[in-house]
Amino acid sequence: MNDFTQRVKSLKKIGYKVAVLQLFKHLSKTLKESFRDLIPIFAVIAFFQILVLQQPIPNIGDMITGFLLVVVGLSLFIYGLETGLFPIGENMAKDFARKGSLPWILLFAFALGFGTTVAEPALIAVADEAASVAAGGGKIKNTPEALQDYSSKLRFTVALSVGFAILLGVIRIIKGWPVQYLIIGGYFGVVVMTYFAPEWIIGIAYDSGGVTTSTITVPLVTALGVGLASTIKGRNPVTDGFGLIAFASLSPMMFVMGFGMIMS
Amino acid sequence: MTEFMNFIDTLVLTIRDVIPILAILVGFQLFVLRRKIPNIKNVIIGFVFVILGLVFFLLGLEKALFPLGKLMAAQLTDPDFLGIHDSTTKGHWLEYSWVYLFAFAIGFSTTIAEPSLIAVAIKAQQVSAGAIAANGLRIAVALGVAIGIAIGTFRIVTGTSLTYYIIAGYIVVIIQTIYAPKIITALAYDSGGVTTSTVTVPLVTALGLGLSHSVPGCDPLLDGFGLIAFASLFPIMAVLGYAQIGEWRAKRTYKFNQQEDN
Repeated sequence: MNDFTQRVKSLKKIGYKVAVLQLFKHLSKTLKESFRDLIPIFAVIAFFQILVLQQPIPNIGDMITGFLLVVVGLSLFIYGLETGLFPIGENMAKDFARKGSLPWILLFAFALGFGTTVAEPALIAVADEAASVAAGGGKIKNTPEALQDYSSKLRFTVALSVGFAILLGVIRIIKGWPVQYLIIGGYFGVVVMTYFAPEWIIGIAYDSGGVTTSTITVPLVTALGVGLASTIKGRNPVTDGFGLIAFASLSPMMFVMGFGMIMS
Repeated sequence: MTEFMNFIDTLVLTIRDVIPILAILVGFQLFVLRRKIPNIKNVIIGFVFVILGLVFFLLGLEKALFPLGKLMAAQLTDPDFLGIHDSTTKGHWLEYSWVYLFAFAIGFSTTIAEPSLIAVAIKAQQVSAGAIAANGLRIAVALGVAIGIAIGTFRIVTGTSLTYYIIAGYIVVIIQTIYAPKIITALAYDSGGVTTSTVTVPLVTALGLGLSHSVPGCDPLLDGFGLIAFASLFPIMAVLGYAQIGEWRAKRTYKFNQQEDN
């Protein structure tokens, strides 16, 4: 499973040069895959720029360096994912399950959800955007303090909701509840709240579910769920281990609509 | 020199984002679990790779993709390009065909490159022992995002209510959940949340805001948002559908083989 450990072991056995060669072989495979993953984006850009908009591609040199940086970055990220993020997430999940202390694992779940969301750059951007839109529509005063206040309250609400969602998701895995009842229940919650929430918050609320889950949070939370489900007896890692991200994108919708109802 | 400064800036920002996560992991590991992490060296090396990878990834996106992608979204939604001369009438929805096609194409291609989706797909393939193919899952999700964003732009153009689309989507998801194989349910729900992050959100947001500013009678406050919601709802249907088609085909070959035997 862990290529890197084997590689370090083989490094001691068969010597430094061969091991480094193997490492490069692995990286070059990841590089090839990342290259293939990025071709569609550049095909789309070239097609629309040249054939539809009929304009030359500006700064072709920048485009090529940027493309290479993205390929290298994606390869390093995936390599680090499998050697660092996945193992630590699963190990901690297993240790928590063995320790058997419910309050601690729930606190960990909440902290992971809250802590990774409150400083999430995509969320900060959306919250600021929502604040300026609300000010433009005359919902709040158009002063920097009022904007800042609105934006940080919104961010806090979303972070709280993600912490709550991961906590609930972990309880679900431990108890073995089927995921669909909770999700469908959540859908009903969203639909019912849509009727009572002020109209201007609805678009923001629906979008807030999508921006909470960042590139580092997703692998960690996934590893936590899968690690828990494969350690606890009677749980299936596929049907029970996934689902935490789904909770983390559903609950912000309800919390933000609740926020809108309180604010108006 | 500015290149180097950019690198340092992005590095500092990325590390700042990772610090809360690291603090939580280290804090619980040291004070609650009090266990040694196996292969601690590898984990640290992995974290360094992840941070460096993200920095290069973001730098490359900023250099190559975002400026041009945002410019293209603006050009494609420009009233001149769309042929809107009269700012009071909206025109027929078919006049915006290039916008829908762009929405579809950019939705598909950015989702294929989305790192968090790659992570979930790798994990799904590992724990299902290959029953769920990583690439099949990613293509299903990308098609879902593509269709979702295309329909989302159609909604902005026609000015219809976001709520109706979302409620209709929920009903379809609930019906599919009843019939789809149980192994995929949780993963399908998850795929809604992972599609929209680093690559997709900035481009899609630019498209939505550009469009709601250009289309006559659109209110950016009410209509500019909502594309991300489409991009998180439609992949759920696509992944459930992907599993349903897989099951249907397996059953058909089974029946076919039985007929052959008779």
